[in-house]
Amino acid sequence: MSTSWQEMLDLGARSVARAEPEPEAEERRRGVFRQLRESLSKSRRALVEEISASLFDRIDEEAWERLEEALILADVGAPTTAAVVERLEREVEAGTVSADGEAVRERLIEVLAEVASAGRRPIDLSGEPAVLLMVGVNGTGKTTTIGKIAWHLTNELGLSVILAAADTYRAAAAEQLAGWAERAGAEMVRADPGGDPGAVAYDAIAAARGRGADVVIVDTAGRLHTQGNLMDELAKVRRVIGKQLPDAPHETLISIDATTGQNGLRQAKIFAESVEVDGVVLTKLDGTAKGGIVLAIASELGIPVKLIGTGEGLEDLRPFDPTDFARALLAA
Amino acid sequence: MFDQLSDRLQATLSDVRSRGKLNEGDVDAAMREIRLALLEADVNFKVVKGFTKTLKERCLGAEVLESLDPGQQVVKIVNEELTALMGGAGRELVVAPSGPTVILMAGLQGSGKTTACAKLARHLGEMGKQVALAACDVYRPAAVEQLVTLGERIGAEVYEQGTEADPVEIAAWALDRARAEERDALIVDTAGRLHIDAELMDELAKIRKRTKPHNVLLVVDAMTGQDAVGVAESFAEAAEFDGLVMTKLDGDARGGAALSVKAVTGRPILFASTGEKLEAFERFHPDRMASRILGMGDVLSLIEKAEKQVDEDEAIALQEKLQRDQFTLEDFLKQMRQVRKMGPLGGLLKMLPGMDSMKQFKGVDVDEGELDRVEAIILSMTPAERANPALINGSRRKRIAAGSGTRVQHVNQLVKQFGQMRKLMRHMMSGKVPDPQQLAQMSGGAPRPKVRRR
Repeated sequence: MSTSWQEMLDLGARSVARAEPEPEAEERRRGVFRQLRESLSKSRRALVEEISASLFDRIDEEAWERLEEALILADVGAPTTAAVVERLEREVEAGTVSADGEAVRERLIEVLAEVASAGRRPIDLSGEPAVLLMVGVNGTGKTTTIGKIAWHLTNELGLSVILAAADTYRAAAAEQLAGWAERAGAEMVRADPGGDPGAVAYDAIAAARGRGADVVIVDTAGRLHTQGNLMDELAKVRRVIGKQLPDAPHETLISIDATTGQNGLRQAKIFAESVEVDGVVLTKLDGTAKGGIVLAIASELGIPVKLIGTGEGLEDLRPFDPTDFARALLAA
Repeated sequence: MFDQLSDRLQATLSDVRSRGKLNEGDVDAAMREIRLALLEADVNFKVVKGFTKTLKERCLGAEVLESLDPGQQVVKIVNEELTALMGGAGRELVVAPSGPTVILMAGLQGSGKTTACAKLARHLGEMGKQVALAACDVYRPAAVEQLVTLGERIGAEVYEQGTEADPVEIAAWALDRARAEERDALIVDTAGRLHIDAELMDELAKIRKRTKPHNVLLVVDAMTGQDAVGVAESFAEAAEFDGLVMTKLDGDARGGAALSVKAVTGRPILFASTGEKLEAFERFHPDRMASRILGMGDVLSLIEKAEKQVDEDEAIALQEKLQRDQFTLEDFLKQMRQVRKMGPLGGLLKMLPGMDSMKQFKGVDVDEGELDRVEAIILSMTPAERANPALINGSRRKRIAAGSGTRVQHVNQLVKQFGQMRKLMRHMMSGKVPDPQQLAQMSGGAPRPKVRRR
């Protein structure tokens, strides 16, 4: 069973207005076209599992090379790939894993899932109000992800959400977030362009306290981790939040685009130096990129993936499941 | 660490010099290092395979010269091959013989298309062109507003019809308007789309058909990993793009995607977007990208800047002086002044290989005030003292301090640092890798770029 929303969200003492629907009920609620698309993708997955099984028809030098290739093509990176493959080779040699295709494949998925599970913890929304801070490089999908999270919290769990448009740099950023706020049924606090991001966060939290809202989600401007002054600004926003509400932000998520290569590790590392990063949202997994770099992020930095983005629609957000992810890595 | 790849290669090939020629084992070892470096740089796995094969053939035929490091020789060959692979015949934007030049921008979500459109518009505007933009992204919230805001900033007209119209129709209508208003160029911004989204790729093909662009540019994020090849191939099929724009090059992603796309599609990279400001947009330089992919830093930009300031003969004379360890404080003053003319030292420091990732230099902005002080101290010295700092005894130090309005300890510090710098230069001239700690100690003195005879 894949990780559920219930497992991924820690809502603290709150009793939610609506019980979380069963997966089957969820499917019934979705439109016909969506069902069709999903069934098509399921059959594609079946075919794809066939293909990945053939990786291991014979456990020979070529098979290990093909495996390496598959992982590198998934952006897992040379060091992590080497570590995983070596581990598996040793286990096969030692006899703890039998040298047949199916067994090796299953063990590999276990190992990859294990690596992907490093530091695994739910998203902390127990605060009252709970403050969630979104950070990341330009174009990785922060704002869209916030829209999706807000939608899930308001629609599925009946919580009240306030969005803070603390991206005061990008042209029409507040308008973009406002579009999502409307769709998600959340309120929004904004400033004039060029305003102070910390002040927006402050105002949003004050509003949440005043109105008794459950969650504040703070959007920030995309920034490259190589820009020291922008990283300092981010640290400042975090400090402002912390001064206003002790322990806040309760959760800081970094969005990582699944198409990102090895640079993803540097991104996570440098962002984590400026603000405490609790988890990764791996976005744009609806494309062909696998996002393998998150394995290195988890194993080297202890920062787990918590959510995955699978499209541009409100519902295209799921809790991260390490085993599902591991299978997908090996799929052709 | 400077030149990570060349250091690794030096270590791998350290015993080759005595033999004079690389054997196959050496080359294999070198290829492994290169393969790792390229994979680290996100070059596509299959492209790496093909590239190292070609490279190996060339390296097996290479004679290792007595005076050169085998590691350096291999790096030189790799750099050349990479540059050739990524450069080849450059390509200018195709200009329409009559009517507006149409440029269609396409790419994945978040690649930086909209910003690139505005930057390109500004770039063309600087050349005196009248540019208009077409807002054909009707899907992403506030995409139209974003383009309109950017258009206002650069003074370019934005043709939009909100989000209810069909993007293909908007594009066609925009072209009609651009013609009617006699614009020199029309840049068409489109929605980010997945290369596997048949519907949206079809829409892109339709926009292309209706607007018959003279240039179709694929916008690619410099941090893209192995997926770049698949994306490029699909976009090549659907949109037949002519060239690429690489974005977010101000990050520290090595940008191997550039090599992958060029190798697989043969399309050149035309422009590089190097920052969030609209001015941060330039023609693409294949040789600089090759160095970056190998992790060698943007040495060439620095050399270019240096060459503008330094007279070539002077430079050669100086180099000889350094080699003979005859570098004086007078020379230092001259050099420092020239280096200062090149622009804020912080920016220059970052261009040196490995510098931008070195923690000591993070956020270093060299104190210009300190440099003023150094200059004043040297000016208070007699020519004899500048030529031979060993002369400077206690009473001379007092005089120099008084004359420059500084204190004796500043004079002491300068003389000491200068001595350290000369030692460092001796190291660098003999090809050794300088110790970062030594450099960090030399506060106020920027490491000098190597100036070489063309």
